[in-house]
Parts: sequence; C-alpha cells; structure tokens
Amino acid sequence: MKTQFGILIILIISQFGFGCGSKDNSAGDSSSGGGIIKTVPVKDLGIGPISKVELGDAIDESMAAKGKELFDLKCTSCHKTDKRFVGPSLAGVTERREPEWIMNMILNPEQMVAENETAKQLMMEYTAPMANQNLTEEEARSVLEYFRTLPADQNQ
Amino acid sequence: MKKAFITLSLAALVAALPGCGNAGKKGGSSGALSGNAAERVYVAPGEHDEFYAFISGGFSGQLAVHGLPSGRLFKVIPVFSQDAEKAYGYNEETKPMLETSYGFVPWDDAHHPDLSQTKGVIDGRWCFINGNNTPRIARIDLKTFETVEIIEVPNSAGNHSSSYVTENTEYVVAGTRFGVPVPQRDMPIDEYKGNFKGALSFIKVNPETGKMNLEFQIMTPGFDYDKAHPGRGKSHGWFFFTTYNTEEANSLLEVNASQHDKDFIAAVNWKKAEEYMAQGKFKTMPARYAHNVYSEETHSATSTMMNEVKILDPAECPGLVYFLPTPKSPHGCDVDPTGEYIVGSGKLSANVTVHSFDKMLDAIANKKYDGEAYGIPILKFEDVLAGQVVQPGLGPLHTEFDADGNAYTTFFISSEVVKWKLGTWEVIDRKPTYYSVGHLMIPGGNSQKPFGKYLVAMNKITKDRYLPTGPELCQSAQLYDITGDKMVLLSDFPTVGEPHYAAGCPADLIKPNQTKIYKLEENKHPYATLKAEDARVERDGKNVHVYMTMIRSHFTPDNIEGVKTGDRVYFHVTNLEQDYDVPHGISMVGANTSELLIMPGQTETFVWEPKNVGVWPFYCTDFCSALHQEMQGYVRVSPAGSTIPLKWSLDGE
Repeated sequence: MKTQFGILIILIISQFGFGCGSKDNSAGDSSSGGGIIKTVPVKDLGIGPISKVELGDAIDESMAAKGKELFDLKCTSCHKTDKRFVGPSLAGVTERREPEWIMNMILNPEQMVAENETAKQLMMEYTAPMANQNLTEEEARSVLEYFRTLPADQNQ
Repeated sequence: MKKAFITLSLAALVAALPGCGNAGKKGGSSGALSGNAAERVYVAPGEHDEFYAFISGGFSGQLAVHGLPSGRLFKVIPVFSQDAEKAYGYNEETKPMLETSYGFVPWDDAHHPDLSQTKGVIDGRWCFINGNNTPRIARIDLKTFETVEIIEVPNSAGNHSSSYVTENTEYVVAGTRFGVPVPQRDMPIDEYKGNFKGALSFIKVNPETGKMNLEFQIMTPGFDYDKAHPGRGKSHGWFFFTTYNTEEANSLLEVNASQHDKDFIAAVNWKKAEEYMAQGKFKTMPARYAHNVYSEETHSATSTMMNEVKILDPAECPGLVYFLPTPKSPHGCDVDPTGEYIVGSGKLSANVTVHSFDKMLDAIANKKYDGEAYGIPILKFEDVLAGQVVQPGLGPLHTEFDADGNAYTTFFISSEVVKWKLGTWEVIDRKPTYYSVGHLMIPGGNSQKPFGKYLVAMNKITKDRYLPTGPELCQSAQLYDITGDKMVLLSDFPTVGEPHYAAGCPADLIKPNQTKIYKLEENKHPYATLKAEDARVERDGKNVHVYMTMIRSHFTPDNIEGVKTGDRVYFHVTNLEQDYDVPHGISMVGANTSELLIMPGQTETFVWEPKNVGVWPFYCTDFCSALHQEMQGYVRVSPAGSTIPLKWSLDGE
C-alpha cells in the first residue's frame, strides 16, 4: 500500500506546480488519509507516447521471452527482479504501476523523472536517474510482458 | 514588461537572421548586409550553423570540424596522430590504424581534405585527407566522424598533391611531392636527374562501402608534384597536377628549382589509364604498404601489409599523360565548375595562368607538340592558354570558384584574396587577409556545384591578431561574405595546427545521417560484455582479461582481486548505455597509456601493467551523471608469487 501512487492529491498539487517539497503532503501514501484533502485513487499512466495498453488475459509467452532477452541485455546493469539494486526491484511492478506508466518510464525516462510525481519520488529515493536505453515501443511492450511473468514482491 | 521585451528582441533577432532567402544570390555592389558583420556570423545559442567546414590540422595530423558562419569548433577528428583524449592510437582497437611499412608512426602532417562527390556534387558521405610525411590517405566516415580507413602510398615521398576525389568518387588521387628512387635504393643523391621518379597514385573507392584499394600508379619523371584537381563535367576522366622542380634539382631548391620560365601541369587521362590496365599494360612491382581498416561492428581496426603495386609507364602508354607548360613553379591546380578552365597559380609568376580544356584536346588531336620530356609530349603554351589574369597580386597560390563564373585566388606574398571573372580575366575585387594566406575554401568550390555564400581564407601567420600566447601563435581562418560583388570580411577565428586546406558543404548533407549510438545487439567486438551478468575476469598466463561493463553510474565488476605484479591486465570495457551523448571514460592509476572514452554501445580496451603491490583505484573520466564521482572501483594487486585467486564483484555479488 505504501507504494500506491496515482492519487488525486497529486493532481491538485500539480495545479500549483511541483518541486515545492512534497514531504508535508505525504504524496504517494494514500493510507495517510488524515490530510485535509481526501484522496481518491486514479490511474497514473505516466507521461510519454503510451496512453493505452491492451493486456491479454493470458501471458504471451513468446513476447515475454523476447522481453526477457531485451531486459537481460539492456536493463540488468541497474535492475534486478528479486531485490533492490541501483534501481528498484521489478518484482511485482505490474501490481504497483499501470502498464502505460511502465512503458512510458522505459521510453521516456527523462521527462518522467522530471515531471511525473511517482517517478520524481523514485528518483529522490534511488538518486540515479533511469537511463534511456532507446527501446522501440514494441520492445518496451515485450519487456512489460516479461514483467507480468515476475513473481510478486516478497516484501509487500 | 519583461515578456514584451522578449517578444521585441525575438523580432529583432528574426529580422537579423542571416541568409534569409538570399543564399548565394548577389546583393548589389557590396555584401548583402555589410556593416553588420557580427550579425552575419552570429548563430544564436541552440541554433545550428548552416555549413560544416573540415579544416586540415596540418602538423597536428588531425582534421578539425568547424561550423560556418560561426567558426565554432565542434570536434578535432584524430586521423594521423595519436589523441589521448579519445584514446585514438592508444587503445588496443585503434593502434593498428597508425601502422605503416615503417612500423607504428604516431604522427603525420595532414594536408588537404576533400569530400566525396556523386555526379560532381558533394554528397556528404566521406572526407578524405592525406598524410604528407609518411605518405598515407585516410577516409573519415561522416556518419560517425571517425577515421575508418588509412592506406599507405608506396613509392611516394611528401604525399602533397593529394587527396582529391574524382566527380563520382571513383578515385582518390595522391601525387608525390618528392622525386625519389623507385624502388628505393642506395645511390648518390646528385644522380637524381633522370633517375628519380614521381609516382601518381590512383586509389579506387568502392562506391558502396567507401573502401579504398591502390589500383595503379603512373610512374612519371622525378618532378615535384605539388597540387592537383580532377576534371569535371566535360573534362571528367582527366586529372591535372601542377609540378615544380622540372629542373630536377636535388639541393638549394629555392634557387635551383626556380630556373625554368615554365614548369608543367601534367594532364593525366585516367580513363585511358583504365583501358591500359584492362589491356594488361601494367608492370607489377613489389611494394610494402599498410592498409588499415576500422570496423564499426567490431569497433576494432586491422592492419594488413600489402606487397605489390601495378605500375603504368607513360612512355609506353601513348595518350596517358601530357605536359602543359605553366609559369613558374605553379602551386594550385584548380578546375572551374564547367570543367573548361584549369587554373595554374605560378607562385613566382606575375600572372595567374588559365588553360583551356577544349584547346588542350584540340592540340592533342592535332599533335601540336613542343618536344617531349621522358617520352611524355609537351603541348605548346600558346595552344592551350585560355587567358591570364594580369598582375593580380604577388605569389598566387590557390583558386576556388562560385556558381556565378567568378574565381577567387589567394596571394601569399601580398596577403590578399582576389576575385576575378572567368573568361574576361578581369579583377573584380581584392581584400586583405591577416596574414600570409595559403589556401581558401568555398563550400563546394572545387566541385560542379559551388554552394557559395562564404569564403574561408586560411592564414599562416597571425602576429598581432589575437591575444599573444608566447612565441608560438595560432594560425587562423577568415570568413568572407561573397554574396555581393565585393567580398566582406566577417570574422577571424583560430584553427588547430596549420590549416592547409579545407572542405565545406551544407550541414543538411551530413546532419540527418548521424550515428547516435552503437547498438548493443550489433556489437561484434571479440571482447565485448553485452550484459552486466557476463562481466568477469579471466587469467591466461600473465595476461588477465577484465570483461567490464559501465552504465550510469557504476562499473561491473568494481572490485577485482587476484591480480599480481608482472601481469598484463587488459580492461575490455563496454558502455551499456543506449542513449545519445552518454559516453563514459575510464582510467587506472599508473596505466602507461591514455584514458578510454567509450561511446554508448561501444567496447574499447586499454592495458595496465601493475608494478606495485597495493589496492589501486580506477574511475570514470567523463562526467556522466550526478553520481559520476561515485563511479569508481579498486583492483587489488598481490605479489608475483601470490596464490590469491581471481575474484570480482559488484556490491558483494
């Protein structure tokens, strides 16, 4: 629950511009609840080229296999699938984030860490900005499919 | 208020933007916007220049890339000299680029860049440049701005009348400045006359790949071949070389090579040469020369020693070479965009001499010879002369052209550029240079399609032009607006080394084709590590191979143990970034070589021979991210006999 992002409060803050210290707002923690503004979960799709992703009911195994290949080649310098490394663990990432957000983070990390509240929070926590590895949309989609095969985060 | 001001200044800026709609057009009797030179060369922050200029680095051995009209320097491309900044000639991958038949040569004197052409028009694919001292021709790929090929030129010495390309880049041509014994042998110097030779080399360029091959050499008399240019349009198929020292002097050339009233322009019919080659009229002679090729797949160069060359002897090949008498020790040999006029700038002549291609063909057809030299027919001066520009200045050197029938010639002794009219030979304008101008360049000015607009004059001496820097001063380039009848000096900027010559073209011919990253999937380097999990250290006797990766902002591995004094440690480092403009560097304390500077997706290797026991750090040398200072690691070095096993890790794993 701690990492449940994408809440109304963020949208309200965004009206007044970011970067003014979100500590007091406990942004990203919808369980705080005691604030003066009642928070309502909304979908955070991130910022970037992806506005809608259709996920199949079943996992597309061949797409996931291609995604794993790409992930191993271009992402494993900084990400592990079972624990925190340079960047966050990707276990359970598809539970925490919208698929559109994940693909936008892969495809458009510079703008995401600058403008998307969730990504900004992650940037503050992990300090290293996510590298843009120049995947195509199709490649990012297959990495997303691979993420769907990962086990849930053991720490949640 | 602030906003209004910004709007206003923006409007002013737009109004002042250079070249709005009058590119290359005449603007009346003076430069289109004379009197606002600063605005004409101002390229606003974030804006791009309109032209690329590739300016030779002379004795630096390199090629400098500037923008025009700003004069801003973007890159110094290492070509013939080691460059510690980019590890060129220091890393294991590029050391073979500087191999020659004399072994590793870490320097040369880079002279005359020329851009590849298709149908007589610059095509923006490759830039060629010659190494003068240890004769070589290099090819630079303009997708990567890297030197990708160097071929040595045998039987040549002082590779000066080079590296000029024919109008479809069929050949890049290289003539020798020095007459030398061919083959080289032990003989008295004063037996030069009649015994030394001058090789003119025709290097075939593969139209698809650009790869070069020394197709044939024409073995002409031992004159000094100074400059050259190809025929174009109707004279396509011919190549013209100026000569001096037709006296064949071997000492005190400043006096003894200035005796003849006229030297020659050698006109070479290379289409005829191809026919003779096809007929097998060549002799094959042994010759050692290196051919070095850089692969963009393996990110590595290989050097191959070649062992023979095919020779055509003009005395045995009628119609191959003719001599056009040209006063006096001509330097520049420049063909106008129509291909009709061949301009020979006699350094010691009062006049600039222009030959006519049509008259030359006519004289040849009617065999109007004025004797011969070593079996090569000499045409009569009067029969080939188109006209002369009479006393335009002192010490004419080099000429280029605009698209409107004008020629621009530099004068070294009188330090000026003179504009004159082809056909009428009248002088239209002259402007001083500061000082002692050598060559000049108009974008496309040595092709069928000059782009005009600017002229860059390259000066040997700057004396009082800049803040002084001790006894050694920079040389310079000066930019002139040539859109009007009168030239307008716009700016004056320092250059790298000695700017012998330059080539220029519109940026649009090159900009869209840029390689931004090397794709990891296409990395075929034999020591590449494409995934961090494959990072490892392997021992092979005394050789230790570190397969290392780098990404913002860590190395994998960053802790290495089990290395011993006396080992030779190869760091094979792959940059796993796949984003534009994210290079990383690496260097190791005490490594007897340069850093590496590795582009995204690329693999490079440096060697470290640890001499002392201890724990020795390495780090990223190119500021790569906010955590750049954290991008570092250690190698533990144990005594030679130690039994500590090889071990490597990142974050304990």
